[in-house]
Amino acid sequence: MPDALPAFSLADMAGADFAFPRPAARPTLLCFVKEDCPTCNLVMPLLQAAHESGDLQVLAPGQTAPGNRALIERHGLTLPVLDDATLKVSFAYDVETVPLVLLADGEGYEMDRLVGFDRAEWQAFFDRHAPNAAVAWEALPKWRPGCGSLTQDPIVAERLRAASENNPLRARRIEIAPADDVHEFLFDQGFTDGLPVVPPTPERVLRMLGGTERDSQEVIAEIAPNYAPATVEKIAVNAVMAGCQPEHLPVVIAAIQAVANRRFNIHGVNATTMGASPVLVVNGPVRHRIGMNMGLGALGQGSRANAAIGRALRLAVRNIGGARPGGTERSTLGNPMKFTMCFPEWEERSPWHPLHVERGFSAEDSVVTAFAMSSGPALCVDQTSRSARQLAGSFALSLEAMHHPRAHGAADALLVVSPEHVDTLWRERFAKDDVREHVQRVTARPLAELAADDDVGGGLSRERLEAMPAERRQQPLPKFAAKENLHIVVAGAEAGKFSGVFHGWAGGEIGSMPVSVKIET
Amino acid sequence: MTIILDPTDERVPVARSVAPRPAAIRGSVALLDIAKPRGNVLLDRIAERLEERLPGVAVNRYAKPTFTKPAPDALRRDIKAANDFVIEALAD
Repeated sequence: MPDALPAFSLADMAGADFAFPRPAARPTLLCFVKEDCPTCNLVMPLLQAAHESGDLQVLAPGQTAPGNRALIERHGLTLPVLDDATLKVSFAYDVETVPLVLLADGEGYEMDRLVGFDRAEWQAFFDRHAPNAAVAWEALPKWRPGCGSLTQDPIVAERLRAASENNPLRARRIEIAPADDVHEFLFDQGFTDGLPVVPPTPERVLRMLGGTERDSQEVIAEIAPNYAPATVEKIAVNAVMAGCQPEHLPVVIAAIQAVANRRFNIHGVNATTMGASPVLVVNGPVRHRIGMNMGLGALGQGSRANAAIGRALRLAVRNIGGARPGGTERSTLGNPMKFTMCFPEWEERSPWHPLHVERGFSAEDSVVTAFAMSSGPALCVDQTSRSARQLAGSFALSLEAMHHPRAHGAADALLVVSPEHVDTLWRERFAKDDVREHVQRVTARPLAELAADDDVGGGLSRERLEAMPAERRQQPLPKFAAKENLHIVVAGAEAGKFSGVFHGWAGGEIGSMPVSVKIET
Repeated sequence: MTIILDPTDERVPVARSVAPRPAAIRGSVALLDIAKPRGNVLLDRIAERLEERLPGVAVNRYAKPTFTKPAPDALRRDIKAANDFVIEALAD
């Protein structure tokens, strides 16, 4: 004896549940339909007549919710049209062609079936099972082919199959023909940043998903400009391409949450002709767990974790968010941070509170902080200062060059202090705030000195200066709008009296604000 | 064959490069019926016209078992091995 048809429960368009099989004296007629199929529309009045005859219980699972509503209205249906918009029941029944009619007894065993529309077959079916249905058969065409079920759409079918097998992968599968070079194909599709990527095969992506306890379909954020949902799976695909290992994935996920935060304004960061890019600073125990480099060359190449995490973020923004150079990414010069820029703070080498603690997290938290930076690291070379004040003063003049030396009242900058420099500062117990205050003091200049003149343009416009009362012109304005705009971390090799400065972009509500996110597994 | 997962938001179809267009039609043309109703009628007419206009070109007929599924690998291989061109009668 063949198996019974799959049991299911679906709601009609008014929300009432209908279970199958339906134990009753009358058989059940199931008819799978989709609204844009002309043959389905042809048979809807016949199904309604069968329903009205009382000979059969008629249920019509429809494949889209708006389509179901249109069918009900168009044909004045009172038979239950069931919502199978998820296509789970159509998939379980392996529907290839609609309309598909299945007649079942009260235990769900198939008694008869029809596919498409052949008038003679349908008439014979009705004579056998619904003799009281009023149908003017002569008015109907002799034959109409059915239409492909939505479950046969290749992309939909792949997803449904994955879901039915509990497979965590739902992304579109792309077959690369044996004659194609995989790397060339990936370039041709525009998936890369200009350098080769690791091909994101299903096996690699599955392995990457092992790096997090999150569900693969959890939507982490929506990334501008497409505002596309960044699922854990899509992030994992981009992390594979970037060269990440599974243990890097939680950091990448947190970085995406940070840049997708409204305050960070990733769309503006990408779109600005000034050319900004996220700079990621990682704090907390995760730095050691995943082997990040916070020492020699921390801001450069050579560390897989540093390089791949920053690159995964950039590839996700490009591929999921849709920001591509020449499209919504319109930087005049671009900058190499647009490939990758991620490094950890060397908290153990710093006498100060680390960045994440300053920003309200516990020292034991692992945190990623995203800054929008337009250039850097620009080096501050000072091998001679022996006092903390002198050295902080050197930082001040280096920082004053950000954007334009006469552009004061600026937003965020990120100062990376090297171990030798931090020792010089700490000998005199200079705190981060002492550095900030000294920078503001040393760079505070009268507005009159910040205006354009015959030799140097930029800065404050001469017209604005001339419109000011004399005493206002002498009012000093420091480099930064507030001392809190200067963010300070420690990283780099033990040897070398060189610190680095990342220059920011527009700040506050009109630009980007730094965002920190706790890294969760 | 390598399979990769799409890293994008999937709003754009995957672009495939198109084979270069030959300057002249020589050799064999495959006519593929996907088994949709009346596709054979269309292909009959096309075969007649090809034979009229390109008498030196061989026309080979093929059919898929069902339009609902991709052509079986063996059929694809046969078509590729024996032909220089394919004309496929699509749906409806």
